[in-house]
Amino acid sequence: MITLNINGKDVQVDADPSTPILWALRDNLNMTGTKFGCGMALCGACTVHLAGQPIRSCVTPISAAEGQKITTIEAMENDKVGKAVQEAWVKIDVPQCGYCQSGQIMSATALLRTNKNPSDADIDNAMSGNICRCGTYQRIRTAIKDAAKAIA
Amino acid sequence: MQGVKNTSRRRFLLGGVAVTGALVVGWGVMPPRQRLNAALPLPVHDGSVALNGWVGIGKDGTVTVAMPRSEMGQGVYTALPMLVAEELDVPLSAVQVVQAPIDKIFGNIAMLKDGLPFHPDDTGRLKATVSWIVGKVARELGLMITGGSSSVKDAWEPMREAGAAARAMLVAAAAAEWSVRPEDCYTGNGFVAHADGRRLAYGALAERAVTAAPGEVRLKSPEQFKLIGHPQPRRDTPSKVNGSAIFGIDVRPTGMLYAAVRMSPVIGGTVAGVNSAAALKMPGVVKVVDYSSALAEKTGAGAGVAVIARSYWQARQAALALDVQWHDGPLAGLSSAAIYAGFAHQLDSEDGYAYYKAGDMNVVEGKAAGVANTVNAEYRAPYLAHAAMEPINCTAQVKGGKVRVWAPTQSPGFAVDVAAKVAGVAAGDVELHVTMLGGGFGRRLDVDMIAQAVAIARQADGHPVQLIWSREDDTMHDVYRPAALARFSATLDAQGNVLGYDNKSASGAISHQFFKRNLGLPPGGPDKTTAEGEFDMQYHFPNQRIRHVIVDSAVPLGYWRSVGHSHNAFFKESFIDELAHAAGKDGVAFRRGLLLQHPRHLAVLNAAVAKAGKAPAGRAHGVALHQSFGTIVAQVAEVSVEGTEIRVHRVVCAVDCGLAVNPNIIAQQAESGVLFGLSAALFGEVTIREGKVEQTNFHDYPVVRLNQAPEVDTIIMPSAAHPEGMGEPATPPIAPAVANAVFKLTGKRLRSLPLKL
Repeated sequence: MITLNINGKDVQVDADPSTPILWALRDNLNMTGTKFGCGMALCGACTVHLAGQPIRSCVTPISAAEGQKITTIEAMENDKVGKAVQEAWVKIDVPQCGYCQSGQIMSATALLRTNKNPSDADIDNAMSGNICRCGTYQRIRTAIKDAAKAIA
Repeated sequence: MQGVKNTSRRRFLLGGVAVTGALVVGWGVMPPRQRLNAALPLPVHDGSVALNGWVGIGKDGTVTVAMPRSEMGQGVYTALPMLVAEELDVPLSAVQVVQAPIDKIFGNIAMLKDGLPFHPDDTGRLKATVSWIVGKVARELGLMITGGSSSVKDAWEPMREAGAAARAMLVAAAAAEWSVRPEDCYTGNGFVAHADGRRLAYGALAERAVTAAPGEVRLKSPEQFKLIGHPQPRRDTPSKVNGSAIFGIDVRPTGMLYAAVRMSPVIGGTVAGVNSAAALKMPGVVKVVDYSSALAEKTGAGAGVAVIARSYWQARQAALALDVQWHDGPLAGLSSAAIYAGFAHQLDSEDGYAYYKAGDMNVVEGKAAGVANTVNAEYRAPYLAHAAMEPINCTAQVKGGKVRVWAPTQSPGFAVDVAAKVAGVAAGDVELHVTMLGGGFGRRLDVDMIAQAVAIARQADGHPVQLIWSREDDTMHDVYRPAALARFSATLDAQGNVLGYDNKSASGAISHQFFKRNLGLPPGGPDKTTAEGEFDMQYHFPNQRIRHVIVDSAVPLGYWRSVGHSHNAFFKESFIDELAHAAGKDGVAFRRGLLLQHPRHLAVLNAAVAKAGKAPAGRAHGVALHQSFGTIVAQVAEVSVEGTEIRVHRVVCAVDCGLAVNPNIIAQQAESGVLFGLSAALFGEVTIREGKVEQTNFHDYPVVRLNQAPEVDTIIMPSAAHPEGMGEPATPPIAPAVANAVFKLTGKRLRSLPLKL
């Protein structure tokens, strides 16, 4: 048993310490908002926040998360920045298939927490690890700028 | 009765139902091709009643709409309910969708008609006759398929008719209640009202409407549309920004276990033996099963061994610990180089099938007088993987002679059929739940993963089992966009007029493979997908010949967003640019000269070019124009080259897709189609070595990322024509538009995909 702090709550997870956070969330805790895409930290679909930093949960074992806060897409509506990002996503109608968007929103929220007015280059740096096969990138860029205005 | 289809008069009659209480009789005598009423009742919620096969209404006014198509990002959960809501006169927010039962009225007729190898300008009796017959056959087949950019096109009549028919029944019920004439009632916002001020909500009328005789039903004229033609936000967006949308990989039926597989790395290989001792000792492992013998047929995906475990991570780790020996089979020596050599050999030795011929074949073969210039070129495109973000998966339960399947599928009909076959039950014993699709792009038209999941679930002691492929499985066991080789030869006179145009290409045939896999049909005859985008091109050449040679390489082939157009547009639009150059003309001016009989195409081209303006210093504009799935698209790509890096900064994309039902989603699909095509243009390549696909994940099968993404500027041409496809048509033109810009910048003609300097 490992104790994880997820979205502000301590939960017990009965899994090997080497289990990636992704699969503890999805299979042990039935929190399916965080997605599996590549298993190699190449696509960003599994992005969550660990101690406030965006990480790829498909390659980060739960042993690395003990004593730290994990935040997932399910908690974004209770987060000031996360909620602004979600609202901008709705306003701009960003998602198509939507599968990658949990990860996109987690990366965008992490960006806007530390950078209230990101430039195009800042957005490139923060978001290029998140693949979208539907090609929603230009709407993602627009929505990040829109969310930045909303929280300014 | 025949009025049902005669929508040109914008009205139709539910004949035979003018007698009170005679609705069921009336439905029964409708023509067999009617698409209003299904054999099975619409599965409405408690407190709702069905007014026809598509529309149910609840006491609270909630409208239930049957959804026969899968939501994979293209927006059908928004666009199709709009058609019903418009004619029913309810707000879009009142509509909820329910998965349509498997029934012939939900079959996709538009898609099958689009599969016919007729030239778009053909107005002959043969085309009309064959189209009519295929429409009839399609109705009988009732294939419930989401593909071919056909969802709105196919639903345009039946779903508006269903909304209008339901509205007429509600009006009739209100008129009877008030003892007034239906003609004196009107509707709006979910109410029937009368001039005297009385009004009744649809929810209060629904039960009486079931037995009301609708009489004459009228469809709205376009100027009456309140929803259609106006941008509507997507209805699925809120659930896709908070993680609550349920994709195939997210279903969690009680008692579910997980499965990971090992499939033969060599295409078509089989299991020779497996040592599972190490795997069985690993935590969470329930069982190791060789499911190969349970597969009813070769479905494209491999035979192999599965590990069933309590979590996917445990299943995957144990699968990697399996020691599997393989029979490699006959393809062990296969390589991309040999496949291309085979194409070249077949092009040398075979005539192929002529999909289109016009004019004098002597001129086509270069024997004309006055030839000033001959242009020959050979083009090539590789196999491509779909690489949808949601890895291939399916959840299945086999228990007590019943099968339950949860699948992100584009083919619910085939899914049920294959599940029944593998489980050895009747189709009626299969319960299918179609989830959201984390991308489809054609990959989820095939049902190999459903066969596999059911084969594994058969051995899971009644537990539901969620099969998930790793990204590596997904990349190495796809059904691939065919590789192709194309040769062109054209002659020009001294003024730059094209005298003869000859094109012959070679590739495998997707539809031959697909219909063999899914319907057991023996392959044979022409396959439109091989030559589409070449034989049906819009340019007028008086003497031309378009041929194709089918070369079956045994590599599993599948429909990949825009199908044959995906590579054929690159070949054709690049070669047209070569001809323009040979004629000493600008690519745009040259194309305009070939479009004198095609004003719609010309207008789309002109709109894109005008909006693009002049390329800034250091950049060039490349142009391409292509029609697919009924929609005309012109793109201007603004490109720069630094060293060997091709950078696309901006794309103007003009589309004529007929009447634009939801301009918001049309713009999304234009943006999406361009980016999907750009990934293939710049990076996409699946290669085969020793019978194995060499690519495995996004590091060796890269796709466009945000920092590489151009801005896409979409123009939607105004049109009152029948709606056409939008999911795919923006994909084909981008590769040639970029290649034509690269030629302007470097003088290098890139004739092979992906584009490499």
